Amino acid sequence: MSAVYVWIETFKGKALNSSWEALGAGKTVAAGLNVPLTALVFGENAAAVAAEAGTYGADKALICEDATLNGFRLEPYAALLSKLVSDNQPKAVLAIGTARGRELLAASAADTNSGLITEALTLEAQADGTLKVYRPVYAGKILSEAVGSAAGTQFVSLRGRAFKANAVNAGAKADVSSVPAVLAEADIATKIESFEEEAGTVSLTDAAIIVSGGRAMANNPAEAPAGTADAAVWKAKDGFANVIQPLADTLGAAVGASRAAVDAGYISYAHQVGQTGKVVSPDLYIACGISGAIQHQAGMRTSKVIVAVNKDGEAPIFKLARYGLVGDLYKIVPALTAELKKRLGK
Amino acid sequence: MIVHVVVFTRSTPDTAAKVEVNSSGVVTWGDAATVVNPWDEYALEEAILQAKNAGGKATVIAIGPEFHNEALKHSLAMGLDEAARVWDAALVGADSLGYATAAAGAVKKLGDIDLVIFGKESVDVGTDQHIYQTARKLGWTMLSYVSKILAVDYNAKTIKVERLLEQGKQIVTSKLLAVISVMKDINEPRYPSFIGIRKASKAVIPEWSLADLGVSAPTAQTHVTGLMNPPAKNVQVEMLDGTPEEQAAKLVDRLLEEKVL
Ligand SMILES: Cc1cc2nc3c(=O)[nH]c(=O)nc-3n(C[C@H](O)[C@H](O)[C@H](O)COP(=O)(O)OP(=O)(O)OC[C@H]3O[C@@H](n4cnc5c(N)ncnc54)[C@H](O)[C@@H]3O)c2cc1C
Ligand SMILES: Nc1ncnc2c1ncn2[C@@H]1O[C@H](COP(=O)(O)O)[C@@H](O)[C@H]1O
Repeated sequence: MSAVYVWIETFKGKALNSSWEALGAGKTVAAGLNVPLTALVFGENAAAVAAEAGTYGADKALICEDATLNGFRLEPYAALLSKLVSDNQPKAVLAIGTARGRELLAASAADTNSGLITEALTLEAQADGTLKVYRPVYAGKILSEAVGSAAGTQFVSLRGRAFKANAVNAGAKADVSSVPAVLAEADIATKIESFEEEAGTVSLTDAAIIVSGGRAMANNPAEAPAGTADAAVWKAKDGFANVIQPLADTLGAAVGASRAAVDAGYISYAHQVGQTGKVVSPDLYIACGISGAIQHQAGMRTSKVIVAVNKDGEAPIFKLARYGLVGDLYKIVPALTAELKKRLGK
Repeated sequence: MIVHVVVFTRSTPDTAAKVEVNSSGVVTWGDAATVVNPWDEYALEEAILQAKNAGGKATVIAIGPEFHNEALKHSLAMGLDEAARVWDAALVGADSLGYATAAAGAVKKLGDIDLVIFGKESVDVGTDQHIYQTARKLGWTMLSYVSKILAVDYNAKTIKVERLLEQGKQIVTSKLLAVISVMKDINEPRYPSFIGIRKASKAVIPEWSLADLGVSAPTAQTHVTGLMNPPAKNVQVEMLDGTPEEQAAKLVDRLLEEKVL
């Protein structure tokens, strides 16, 4: 009884949309290896998420709703995954390479002495049962081709937005079985004390559209209130809140930033795009007042359509962009927001 | 017994370097500088701080061929107490299981280690698996994406950290012995001092084989079968001019055509 396993990541009992991309990739691989596609869903609401996985193409689902699995913790999740892998010897285990997906797959691959390939951009089952992957190395400057070994379970983490979800078939049902947890609460050293959610933000890595601001956010013509300690920081923050955010809201986009903006304290590190920030690949990336340094490019180069707004027509970002708008972002971005509101009827 | 912290690092080509695959299929970065993996500067700084706060010491380890000594020398110049490099012919072509086995072996060789610190990831090969796999091979607690160490008690063997996750900040408590990976918010890495650089340049860094660690390399389960330069992206920029309003209108026309809205 072999299978391709796909871990469906959930947050507060809801599946991450990107997990359906993993199921999409899994479907192709399972078909190639001629084995069923099994969704793994752990934690609160697993049964409902497993039913949803059925509509996205899972043949089977293994669920565990034990209370120790509410809220991701590596110890109980890895212990359970490793046991499922040891007991059932699946051909492959896939997940999107989110923070949690990466560590879960790496830990379980180590526990079971299995091979692991990370950040797959493509995934293909070959006739000999091995999985072949292309993955970026050196910040995408080089592509690496890597192959697993068919003798064991092949773990692969996938780059978000690199694979397509299957079309939903509302009538399709996964054959769901329940499995017991491996660790009891007393065996788990790590205890979650609190979680402070960043409210109202769109996740950068999942976003179809990203609007980013750079160091130039400080060139806001708005006057800082008298007595403001650091006028540049005030101006940039005001610009992110009142110029970039409205454009992002109009587009349903996430807000990104260059490292220069983050380092200067204009916006939090969670928004940084680039080699030492997040790697994103949206359909549309709008860079406002960002010069396009190579380390920034490393994080956004694979975006489908790149738009650059920069007052310097010679900025390197224009070498990457599909559309270039030379001028002051503080004039162009509000005009763009207004135009979009008009045209999109918002 | 004094507190002993271990930190792992590696050398990488400078992030601004033009890295490519040459005609013989080898990755080159010309004469661009090799630097300490940028993420690891935070890990090195944290190791120094942790050792200092506890009145203990910090050792830095790299796994790989000789060019990783550069990262180790940088680490010593920053103020790490000791350095060692692990390398062995058996690790040529090893996958992450081999590296993790070696890393765990090195920690065990050093003896009573309380805390192991990693950077977030390597900016070059970026496999992001050494951290977790080393923790599992050691059988220790794994705390990744640590943005603050809120409390650590080496006697009671407890640790409390803040972690930066995709949806927000999490605070967790756990037990030592632990492997942590740190984010750039955690500290301000120091620059090596002049005296530090002089001392480091004279340091002789020991090289440990797998036999020295008492481990053997597991058979690699994954193989790199090719390296290539990505196809050049052929984008022709279209400049949209006019007043801001005209530029905006032109852009929206194009974006609607591209169907990206
Ligand atoms: C190890 C390492 C890792 C790094 N990692 C990252 C990373 O992950 N992400 C990242 O982004 N960077 C990273 N960097 C930094 C990178 O090298 C650049 O310094 C940074 O990206 C520059 O940010 P910027 O484009 O906002 O600023 P600048 O380069 O200063 O560019 C500002 C731009 O704004 C334009 N401008 C000014 N005023 C206006 C206006 N009113 N309207 C329109 N345009 C205007 C200017 O013409 C200029 O092009 C890294 C560097 C190193 C060494
Ligand atoms: N060859 C190596 N030797 C020592 N430490 C390493 C090596 N490669 C990676 N590391 C450490 O592991 C972290 C994560 O790297 P990686 O798993 O390669 O993304 C880095 O930040 C380093 O701290």
